[in-house]
Amino acid sequence: MPTSFLVLVGCQIIGEVLRRALHLPLPGPVIGMLLLATVLAVSGNDPDDDVEETSQLAQTANALIANMGLLFVPAGVGVIVEFGVLRQNWLPILAGLLLSTILGLVVTGLVMHHVSRVVESGRRRLPLLASQQETP
Amino acid sequence: MYIEFLAFWLPLKQSPLFWLATTLLAFVAGQAVQRVCRRSPLANPVLIATILIAALLEATGTPYRTYFPRVEYITFLLGPATVALAVPLARNLRQVRRSFHGVALALLAGSLTSTLSGICIVWLLGGSRAVAFSMAPKAATTPIAMAVAQQAGGVPALAAALAIAGGIVAAMVGETILRRLGVNDWRAHGLAAGVAGSGVAAAQVAPRDGFAAAFAAVGIGLNGVLTAVIVPALSLFWPMG
Repeated sequence: MPTSFLVLVGCQIIGEVLRRALHLPLPGPVIGMLLLATVLAVSGNDPDDDVEETSQLAQTANALIANMGLLFVPAGVGVIVEFGVLRQNWLPILAGLLLSTILGLVVTGLVMHHVSRVVESGRRRLPLLASQQETP
Repeated sequence: MYIEFLAFWLPLKQSPLFWLATTLLAFVAGQAVQRVCRRSPLANPVLIATILIAALLEATGTPYRTYFPRVEYITFLLGPATVALAVPLARNLRQVRRSFHGVALALLAGSLTSTLSGICIVWLLGGSRAVAFSMAPKAATTPIAMAVAQQAGGVPALAAALAIAGGIVAAMVGETILRRLGVNDWRAHGLAAGVAGSGVAAAQVAPRDGFAAAFAAVGIGLNGVLTAVIVPALSLFWPMG
């Protein structure tokens, strides 16, 4: 637990240092996430493997992700402070929230669905076309 | 009696212990309500806990600036929690490599649509720049949305609220809308939930299908990164007034 937490916090610190040093547009924790994901992917260590350190890391990570909701509560309460902004801007906030969430959802879902259909039917059809061209 | 109550209450109100306990209690209560409501996405534990704490602050006349510093370390954990997303991301990378073209195009299209439409709708309806750039990163997972909003000139607390609310919207209507549009592929449902509604929406689709869970995790991770690149870039086109 302390080791895996050190890995997470360590990646966050490295991310923060890189962000400042290289003036990156990404937040420090996101850079840390990318670093850790790269290390895990390159090392080929499946975090679910029985190797003790990596499985501990998976446990700590899963516990944090599973209870992430709790971590949002203090910030969520901050909406009270923004009540002035909310009241003055209720129409753009409500319309923007509903429309852009649904637009993003629909565009992602439709593009994923149709592109993977085209790619997969292409993979299947290519040998088929080749054999059809051979027959005449 | 009242004096005695005050002698008890005033130091308690200042202690981190009290606000940590009430915040935990509120979240546990929120989780219990969701269990009672058969895991309905409408009964979101974050939403319930936030409303409970807000009501408690209102009832006790405690300002937010008294509450927040006493539970700030809870918010601090969002940093390590964001880094922790690397674990499901790395785990699912191999499964997703097969659908590389679909994921790449859908992610790019979905991310640009969310951020641009968020900014444009707020702008068209006369909202301020701070609101527009709190709206722009809201599809990203909440810690990223907050950090990105802060960097681009939005309000982190508002961005967090919008990220959570947007997640609830996506969780509630996502599957129905996509099915009506003829999308019956779990990979597309999972990716759309992750990209448009991050953790809250992913929690809704993940238990229904393994593919949906994997693609939702990838959607959350990659859209977080993409949002963190797109929104600060877009903010350059709308200079701070």
